[in-house]
Amino acid sequence: MATTDVGWIDAEAKPRPLVDRLHAWVTTVDHKRLGILYVGYGLLFLVIGGIEATVMRLQLVRPHNGFVSPQVFNQMFTMHGTTMIFFVAMPIVFGFANYLVPLMIGARDMAFPRLNAFSFWLTAFSGLFLYFSFVGGYGLYGAGTAPDVGWFAYAPLTAKTFSPGHSTDYWTIALLVSGFGSIGTAINIIATIVSMRCPGMTLGKMPLLVWLNLVMAGLVILAVSPLTAAQIMLLVDRYLGGHFFDTQAGGSAVLWMHFFWVFGHPEVYVLVIPAFAFASEIIPVFSRKPLFGYPVMVAATVGIGFISMSVWAHHMFTIGMTSAGNTFFVLTTMLIAVPTGIKIFNWLATMWGGKIYFKAPMLFCIAFLFQFLIAGLTGVMQASAPFDWQLGNSYFVVAHFHYVIVGGILFCIFAAFYYWYPKVTGRMYSEALAKLHFWLFVIGFHLTFDSMHVPGLLGMPRRIYTYEPGRGWDTWNFLTTVGVVFQAAGVLAFAFNLVRSYFRGRPAGTDPWDAWTLEWSTTSPPPEYNYASVPVVKSRRPLWDLKHPEDPDWKYE
Amino acid sequence: MSPTSIFAPLSTPAQSIFELSILVLAIAAAIFVVVTALLVYSVVRYRRRCDDDDGREPAQVYGSLEIGLAWTIPPVIIVLVLFLASARVVFAVQDARPTKDSLELTVVGHQFWWEYRYPGLKIVTANELHVPVGTRTFLNLLSADTDHSFWVPRLAGKTDLIPNHPNRMWIEPQQTGLYLGQCAQYCGTQHAKMLLRVYVDSREDFDRWARQQAAAARDDGRVTEGRRVFERTACINCHTVSGTPANGRFGPDLTHLMSRETLGAGVASNTPENLRAWIRSPGDFKPGSLMPPMGLSESQLDDVTAYLSSLQ
Repeated sequence: MATTDVGWIDAEAKPRPLVDRLHAWVTTVDHKRLGILYVGYGLLFLVIGGIEATVMRLQLVRPHNGFVSPQVFNQMFTMHGTTMIFFVAMPIVFGFANYLVPLMIGARDMAFPRLNAFSFWLTAFSGLFLYFSFVGGYGLYGAGTAPDVGWFAYAPLTAKTFSPGHSTDYWTIALLVSGFGSIGTAINIIATIVSMRCPGMTLGKMPLLVWLNLVMAGLVILAVSPLTAAQIMLLVDRYLGGHFFDTQAGGSAVLWMHFFWVFGHPEVYVLVIPAFAFASEIIPVFSRKPLFGYPVMVAATVGIGFISMSVWAHHMFTIGMTSAGNTFFVLTTMLIAVPTGIKIFNWLATMWGGKIYFKAPMLFCIAFLFQFLIAGLTGVMQASAPFDWQLGNSYFVVAHFHYVIVGGILFCIFAAFYYWYPKVTGRMYSEALAKLHFWLFVIGFHLTFDSMHVPGLLGMPRRIYTYEPGRGWDTWNFLTTVGVVFQAAGVLAFAFNLVRSYFRGRPAGTDPWDAWTLEWSTTSPPPEYNYASVPVVKSRRPLWDLKHPEDPDWKYE
Repeated sequence: MSPTSIFAPLSTPAQSIFELSILVLAIAAAIFVVVTALLVYSVVRYRRRCDDDDGREPAQVYGSLEIGLAWTIPPVIIVLVLFLASARVVFAVQDARPTKDSLELTVVGHQFWWEYRYPGLKIVTANELHVPVGTRTFLNLLSADTDHSFWVPRLAGKTDLIPNHPNRMWIEPQQTGLYLGQCAQYCGTQHAKMLLRVYVDSREDFDRWARQQAAAARDDGRVTEGRRVFERTACINCHTVSGTPANGRFGPDLTHLMSRETLGAGVASNTPENLRAWIRSPGDFKPGSLMPPMGLSESQLDDVTAYLSSLQ
């Protein structure tokens, strides 16, 4: 690493040609650069996935609309779901983990820098490969190009009979390859946290973000592996005459459902636990109090991690499981509400008695608390299997999981963007633009996703390219579409803010938030080696200890 | 008033789910009110006030194991209550047994239409289901191709139709009338136009309907030309008209086509004009429909339409 360090410093001294700089980005093994690559890549696909959502919402703005054909609509929801989960949410989560975990534990890089780069490029190429399907291959009945089997690609729709051509293969291989990338990164995160912590940082003194990313990485290994295995089985079915899922040859459609959801449900926690991690760093700093009940938060997260591996079949309450089977999954699913509820109480208790600063990161976190509460409650409704016999696969479900993923996870991701932007770029973002973004997005989010619950309760199933008038769905669908305009405007303000502040923002300094974790002790942006000398910590808030030598945390922990 | 609202149940299983859902909603609403109040209170009460900021950090509270344990108890109790209430309905609905007069029928999901077979009554029909009021009717759910889901919200929750995985559900409608729904599991291009129509008839109407459906097709001497075209083109490979050489099972049974109010799984009303347009080009109504345009001439179209219109 030493020689690269010297090269990096030279580069800073006198600007090198663009080709050299791009080359440095492509060949980098620096955790911070890879983190930025991951996040930038995720943002690019966020825009693409957003455009796909917009196409769907325009089609559904009124009944019997003809904006796009059914074939295109079906491709849009398949690509939207696949993109947002695998090529937006996971890369952004991994990107933040990559950037923050080594800094927060006082390390100079990830445990396996080359594996890190390899994993990123696997993910990057699998996303490009998936999108290549728009210009190659053809879909159901030869009707299209991109995959059109839905993001959970239920068998036997993916069998050769129903999905001739190669559209499904693009989906399968993209997920297979990105799966390897995710597993590589997860191994790397675990190894880094286990073996690279600075002196004094025992497991119990890690920032909560690090703990939560450890649980997330463990879940990735457990959840993505079966998905990757299932993709291989599907390829065997399609090309080597296997009969795992090919029902016309005696295969089992239900087997695919189990494989998919044993990935699919823990995946929700893979995404939401890092979101919890952002909230758990940001809420204390802007409430000026330490996180309430750190050991309880760690225990609750580990508990969620374990329980989340035993709830997958709540996605399958309507497939005709036995009454005993359904009851079991009702119990496990509802149990997960307990540790989740504890977390919400802990965040509230952190704010309680504090001094709350309403900066953009905190605003997004407060909105997250409110929205995640609702998402959790609609989740409990669906955990009640009989209620789910009505709600399952309806627009209520679509509204529920967008409440989790947008209202919960994306809001926390925006919070994290604003919170760590000064650290990553060395510049402050524009608070006014950030607040504009916040309010536009809050309005758009609630217009879209509050409205979306209702047609589900009135019998509207998901994944329909058009719907019948006279069922009470029209107004709600119209409102849902109107919300898109506000969300798009919000994202525009966000993107403009990121770009403009990079050039025009005022210098942030080392520690603009008067925060307490290690990353705020190094320069903004941090040097490639992170810390000139390896830090030594005595508590969970090493910078508090430095700033308040008369009242350090280590006296109480 | 939506004809597909889950909050307007008119059948025993839908009613049981509705009662449970009210309990669940009430508990969720109570939690929502309490937690939101706490959130709003802490945001308002503990906001930083510019005029009253002494520049000092607030008291640093690290947490309390006692408090942490204390607020674990209410969620656990709530979860237990919800679990027991749900389990009760799961068993009540799933393990219900046939009564003496219950009706058994088979639903087969196809891309993109519904086949209904009444083995006891020797009836085969498509897309429009007739059941008697006040009777426990069991639906045995099969699929001919991909996954589908039978969902008529006012009658019962949904149950999937999965190939190689026979399922079973039941309804017990309390009022006569037409009940709407649609396929609730993505099954391919025309998933959206796989509409469900369930006619709940009085006992007498149902018996009359059943007798009429069980009869062989009427042989109307005036439409022999249309019948000839029908039987000499590929129509009969996919469609059945009982009592004639047409015995295909890939498409809907047409023996009593004119007793149905809609065409193409509910996409259009069953008028001679729509029927003719459908035969000419099904893709105009349902792009991606598996029925191909047969390339019939105008006069052949007229004849086939006349023949099919005679199938009362």
